[in-house]
This record gives sequence, C-alpha cells and structure tokens, in this order.
Amino acid sequence: MNALILISLLGISVLFAGIFNLKNKSIYLAVLGLIGALGLNCMAWGTDTLYYNDMVHFDNFALAFSSLMIVTTGLILLLGFHFYRNNEDSSADLFALMLFALVGGICLVSYNHLAVLFIGIEILSIPLYILAGSNRNKLASNEAGMKYFLMGAFTSGFLLMGIALVFVATGTFHLNEITQAISAGVENEGILMVGILLILSGFLFKVAAVPFHFWAPDVYEGSPTLVTGFMATIVKTAAFAGLYRLFQGSFASFEGVWYDALWVITALTLLAGNITALYQTGIKRLLAYSSISHAGYMMLAILALNTEAAGAIFFYSIAYSISTIAAFAILIAIVDLKGTDTLDSIRGLARRKPLLGFALAVTFLSLAGIPPMAGFIAKYFLFKTAIEMNLIWIVIVAVISSIIGAYYYLRVIAMMYQKEGDDVNEMTFGTAFLSVIAIAVAGTLVVGLFPEQLLSILK
Amino acid sequence: MLTSSLILIPLIGAALGLLAKGNNSKIVALLVALVNLVLTGILISQFNPAGGVQFEQNCSWIPSLGVNYHVGIDGISILMVLLANIAGPLIILSQFNRDIERAHIYNALILFMQAAMIGVFVSLDGFLYYIFWELALIPIFFLMLGWGGPNRQAVTLKFFLYTLAGSLFMLVGFVLLYVNSGGAGFDHSVLVGLQLDETTQRIIFGLLFIAFAIKMPIFPFHSWQPGAYTEAPTQGTMLLSGVMLKMGIYSVFRWILPIVPDAVSYFSTLIIVLSVIGIIYGSWIAIRQKDLKTLFAFASFAHVGLIAAGLFTNNAQGLQGALIQSLVHGINAIGLFYCADIIQNRLGDRLVDGKGGIRLIAPAFATLFIIVLFGTVALPLTNGFVGEFLLLAGIADYSIVLSGVAGLTVILCAVYMLRSYQYVMLGENSRSVSFTFPDLVLSEKITLIIIAALVIFIGVYPDPILKLTEPAVLQLLEQINA
Repeated sequence: MNALILISLLGISVLFAGIFNLKNKSIYLAVLGLIGALGLNCMAWGTDTLYYNDMVHFDNFALAFSSLMIVTTGLILLLGFHFYRNNEDSSADLFALMLFALVGGICLVSYNHLAVLFIGIEILSIPLYILAGSNRNKLASNEAGMKYFLMGAFTSGFLLMGIALVFVATGTFHLNEITQAISAGVENEGILMVGILLILSGFLFKVAAVPFHFWAPDVYEGSPTLVTGFMATIVKTAAFAGLYRLFQGSFASFEGVWYDALWVITALTLLAGNITALYQTGIKRLLAYSSISHAGYMMLAILALNTEAAGAIFFYSIAYSISTIAAFAILIAIVDLKGTDTLDSIRGLARRKPLLGFALAVTFLSLAGIPPMAGFIAKYFLFKTAIEMNLIWIVIVAVISSIIGAYYYLRVIAMMYQKEGDDVNEMTFGTAFLSVIAIAVAGTLVVGLFPEQLLSILK
Repeated sequence: MLTSSLILIPLIGAALGLLAKGNNSKIVALLVALVNLVLTGILISQFNPAGGVQFEQNCSWIPSLGVNYHVGIDGISILMVLLANIAGPLIILSQFNRDIERAHIYNALILFMQAAMIGVFVSLDGFLYYIFWELALIPIFFLMLGWGGPNRQAVTLKFFLYTLAGSLFMLVGFVLLYVNSGGAGFDHSVLVGLQLDETTQRIIFGLLFIAFAIKMPIFPFHSWQPGAYTEAPTQGTMLLSGVMLKMGIYSVFRWILPIVPDAVSYFSTLIIVLSVIGIIYGSWIAIRQKDLKTLFAFASFAHVGLIAAGLFTNNAQGLQGALIQSLVHGINAIGLFYCADIIQNRLGDRLVDGKGGIRLIAPAFATLFIIVLFGTVALPLTNGFVGEFLLLAGIADYSIVLSGVAGLTVILCAVYMLRSYQYVMLGENSRSVSFTFPDLVLSEKITLIIIAALVIFIGVYPDPILKLTEPAVLQLLEQINA
C-alpha cells in the first residue's frame, strides 16, 4: 500500500521535474523512487493487510506482482536515457505517465473490490493511450494512440457492464462476498454468466487474446518502441494477475460457459499468434504477435486454476518480462544501427556487433523456451501445472505452437548470423542503456539456472 | 566430483578459450580436451564394472519441481563418456592447420558442445538430462550457422526444429512419468521403480522414442540428417555423427529399456524392421552418392540402423554390440569425415568423380584412409568387426530372417566404401591437367594415426571394453525381464 502511495507521489514529482526542465535527469528521481517503493514492498512482505474498507488487499500475491512491475518499469525508464536523447523536451511528462500507468497496474494486482478493478484498468490504460500517440510527428503513432483509445474505451464499457451485472446477481462488489454469494447459489445464473463473460472479454482485450487482438499489431508497431515494451510487459503482467485474482478467487466455483470459452480462446490465441508471427517481416511486428502467443501460454495457468497456478503465472511473467525488455532494448538498438527493423536489415549484424548478437540470441532462445534460459523453466512449470489438472489436449496444442514459435525466433537469430550484410551506423548507447540489456540477459540466464527461490515464493 | 568436473572443465575451458586469439585458442582448447581425457582415463582405471552407478553426486537443485542435480557413471554410460572425451581432442586437433574464421568462438562452441554431451551421458535425473539434451543443440546450431556450407540457414533451421519437436514430446513424456510417480521426482532410480500399466507405458514409450529416433536417426525420421551432415563444418559433422547421435542410442538404454520394458517388447519387432529398412535404404542411397561427405552421411545412417536394431533384441549380444559399436562408429565417423575434409582441402571439392591417383603422391594419407575404411566396412581384426558381429548375432537370436537382411549392410558397405576409395585414391589421375596433393602435415598425421591405431587396437583386443560393459548389460537385462 505504501508503495502505491509513494509511486503516485513520485509520478507527480516527476511532472514537476518537467516544469523545472530536468528533462532526462528526472529518470534518476523516478528510479530512486521506484527503488524506495520496492523496499516498502519488501517490508510489507507477509503482512497480508486489507485497506480502505477492504477495497484493496495487499497479500503476498499482490506484493510479488507489484514488485515485478516496479522492477520492470525501472528498467524501462533507464532505457529512456538513450531512447529520448533527441527529444528530451517532453520526456519527463512521458516518464510521469509511465509511473501513473504503473499505479494502475498495482491496483489491478491488489484489488479486492470490483470498483478498484475498474479504476485500476482505467488508470493503467489512459496514460498508455497518450503514450502510444506520444510520437506526434509520426502518423503511425497517432494512429496507434487513436486505435488503442477507441478500442480500449469500448472494452471499458464491456467491463463496466460486466461488473454491474455481477453486482445485480450477487449484490456486492467485494471479491470475498462474491465468492460466498456464488457458493451459496445465486438466483439468476444467466445474469451472472453474462457478467462474467463481459468481464472476461474486458481482460482478454487488455492481454490481446485472439479474437480480441486485432488492435495489438498496429498499436504495438505504431507506438514508440519504449512504450511498446512497456505495454508488452506491464499491461500483460497486471492483467493476468488481475484475471487470476478474480477467476481463481471468485468465479472458480461457477464453472461452465466461461471455462469452455476460455479453453477455446487459449487454443486460438496460441495457434493464431504463432502462425501469424511466421509471416512477419518486421521485428517489431513479430514481437507483437509473439506477445499475443505468450498471452496464450499464460492463459493455460488460468485454465488450470489450482494453487500452483499463481506461482506459474508469476514465474512466467518474470521470465517473459526480462526477456521482452531485452528484446525491445535490442530492437531500439537495431533501429538506431540500421535505420529500420525489417528482418532483412539485420542480416550479418552479429558479425559486426557480436555482443548485441549474443544478447539477442539469449533473449530469443528464452522466448522460444529453450533451456537453460528462464523461458524454458517458465513454460515447463506452466505445462506441468496444466497436465496435473488433466489439460492434456490444450498442452499438446501449446507444445505444437512452441515448435512453430521456435521457428520464427530462431529464424531471426539465423538471419543475424549470416555472413554477408551491410555496414551499420555509428552509434554510442550510453551506460544505462547497455547495462539494462546486460541485466536482462544475465537475469534470463540466472533465473533459468537457479529458479527455485522465485518458483516457491508464492507457495 | 570427478563426474561433474568432466562437465565443468570443458565449460571453463570454453570461456578461457574465448580470451585467446587465433591459433592460441586452438591450443587452449586442445589442452582442455586433453585434461578431460586424462581425467576420463583416471576414472576408468578406478571404475568397477560390477559396481553399478559410481562417482555419484546428488544434490538438490529445484525442489519445487522435484529436480535434483544427480550425476553418476555406470557400465553403460562409461563408454559414451569415453567416446565423448576421445572425440574431443581429435575433433579439435582436426582443425589445427585449417583457416577457421574467428577460431576462438569456434573452439569454444566445440568445448561447450562436449560439456553438454557429457552431461547427457552422466545425468541420472530426467529433468537434468533433458536440460543437457537441449543444451547440446545450442552450440551445434551456432556452429552450423556460423561456419556451415552455402545452404546452411535452411538446413540448420530444419535440423533444429526437427530435433526440438522430438525433444518437446520427450518433455511431455517426462512430465507424464513425473505425474505417475506421484510427484516423487525425475530420479532414474525412482522412474525405474515405477509400476506402470501397459497403456501408460506405450504412450510414454512413443513420446520418448520419437525424440531418440529423430536424434539417431531411425528410418523414417532421418530426413534432416544428410543435409545437416553435408552443410555443417567438418568439425560440426564430426560432433553430430561421432558423438551426438549416440545420445539417442544411449538414451534408449537409460530412459526406455528399464523404465517401460513392457512397451519395449510390444514395439521391438516394429522398430527392428524399421531399422533394417533404414539399413538397406541408407546403403542403397549411399551407393549412388557423388559427394563423399553425403556418402558418409548415408553410410552413418545405415550403420546406426544396425545399432538401433540391436538395441531392441533383448539379449546380451545385441545390447553389448550396440554399446561397443557406438564407440567404434564414433571413432570411425570422425576419421571418415576427416578424410573427406582433407580431400576437399587439397582439391577444392569432395566429389567422387574426376579424381584418382592420389595414392601415388600421398601414400601416408592413402594408407591411413584405407585403415579407417576397413574399420567401417567391419573387416575382421578391425574395430568395426567386433560390434557388427555381436549386433548381427543378437539380431539372429531375435529373428534369423531379419539378421540375414541386416547382414547385407556389410556387403553393401563394402561396395560403396571401397568403390569410392577406388575412384578417389587409386589408379591414374583422370584429370587432364596434373594436380598436386600435398601429403599429410603433422597435425593431420597425428589425428589419423590415433584413429587408425584405435581401429586396429579395438579390433584385435576388444576384451577390456567388453568387460567394462558386460556386468551392466546383464544387470539391465535382468531388470527388463524381471
């Protein structure tokens, strides 16, 4: 809770830092504040407290996920030194917006009341609408902002309607009371079912699950790369934690239509995300589709709905977030070095920039789920959780899509290790930028080799 | 500790080698591989064939997933460890007088690969084993991508995805075993002790065997192999055919035979028949090959078919033969691919046609080449004879007819091997212009002499090797038929 307050204040202070023309130096302030928030989270570990008339619940689940998002945001902010080097003027505003979005994310992992869920999603989304369109001189960015806003606003309506219907059926907004009402049996099951489906579609829109994914590739591609990285990590982590909280906690006893719907959507997301990614020629768009397919893997854990699923989602989020940050940082570097992000442009890049090549290889192998990277253990843990709940068929679909996925990740690596290729632009990246890549790559390896602490943290 | 250091030393060596530049890195890599070979020698001298699993190390690694770091060596893995450690120095030595771009990375990858493969051979925890199995793919992927032939990108991706697909099925198989053990873990001893019903055994057999069949490869899972062998750099081909395919054979010993024995007896006829088809098919294609490297690739495919058939005969000769032939095939394959490399290095191509007369100007090469060739065609008193004889005897015990068909391999092999030797090495030079073929330089000579010595030594005196494995094989048979 204290971390939530601190980050809200931090966002405002960074806005003020913009007034005092601190520009990129405001990153120092933001990162220091985030470290403080992380410390507050650690101190709150194990306290399991409810705040504000039981509207938010900071249990270990909420603390673990919010800490992960804080670290992710910190790393993304550090990339800002390089990314915003040429347009520093408004950069402090953008960093403040990211911090506000983080506040929304934290609400989303800690709500105990459906109103907080809605507010959390809005606080998370509104800064992102602005961030997506923040590159005002680029048409694609404007389009991305507009598209994201329109679709997002539309789904907010769905979500709100769903919350209202659940209220009609159960008479309460509090999660624990909803659980009780459902297990005691509700009068009008039809209304509850429609409400749950509407809430579900609201979440699935945020994580870009098929068939709610059509906005994602354009928005991901049009947004400034740093913002895309933010969307791909924070939004996904927050939305899955929020989804898990609601469906494992409250709706689990009301199985039925939503479970079958989720089953089908998971299979579709896995296959469509991976198969469409095969045909991409730009790395940014490829990462957009890959991010859709990763949402599919994480939905396996929602389907499994057992006690281990929280740990599985958490670990997957960690592995996915660190690899994705590295991937987007490398993408920024590639665009700077080559001027474009097409697959063809990275031909032979590893010969000229061997360390960048190594970083990309580790990152993409992790995303493909090859041991000993973190992505493998994460995927394995998910599959195991699902098999233990007898979800054999969906796991087989997931295995097949992993093979498809491996193809396009490895193709990028293969392209990069070609012998021929053009020269690259001269570019210096700065310590902060390079150390973020180094941290993410090292994290991918270390988490993959020594996963025990993180696997058992939510037991 | 000794076992773990066999994995660690090449890994550390790989890192050290990265710091060295150019030819120094080759020397560092060779020294590291030799240290490992010496350690293996010490290990074998202390090894008690009847003593079951030795040099064990077992500590907790990921308790939440029931995974331990459990390594050890028994009579089955010891030959594989020996092979990996003989192959290491030979492979590194084989590129000493070649111009290798970025040699430090090349050698680091070779050592990395060696470490991963030794890891596969010594792991006694299913999950750890799987990690090493996949880990071995990474260095060979980069070796093929970075130093392969002109068509490398497509071939490498095909190879990687083919084997990865198999591996993922194997992973599902291991998860099923884990679930069936009631969460007791992946330890080999736990999995061997499981009493699985018939259907579960067959499902698990199918999931695991696909991965192993692709790796070896067994007909009809072989379509990745000829391309990969041809396009990989010579050292990569040596690693692939010399050691990596033995991972598939060894894995059947370790993770299929004792764990799902009922499924083995159910499927054995099918697999022996497939293997025999592979033998004939591979040999037939080999006869028609023009490129020496592709020819040797198909020859390797045919030979592995015989080993795979022996694996499922459920008798001591078949299993013993499979083990010793794995070692022998590894050594001979390295020798053969090296000879093809030497020819390419001197003449610029590896085609069988348009050559001849090399024996007259390069007698040392011609002599060593023919010794390796004799080993491959299993001439008596060469190393190939021991293994193939045992394998054919084992298959005959299972079915006389199949053994007769499989026995054709010896004849067919002699046909394609000796004919290619004749065209390439003997007779007059068929080229219109005269050509030069400098005889072997020192490092080439050392490599080939060692291989030739092993061909003759194991052929004349196979007893120590058979004794190393015999108790373990008999024990395994007892387990299967219990």
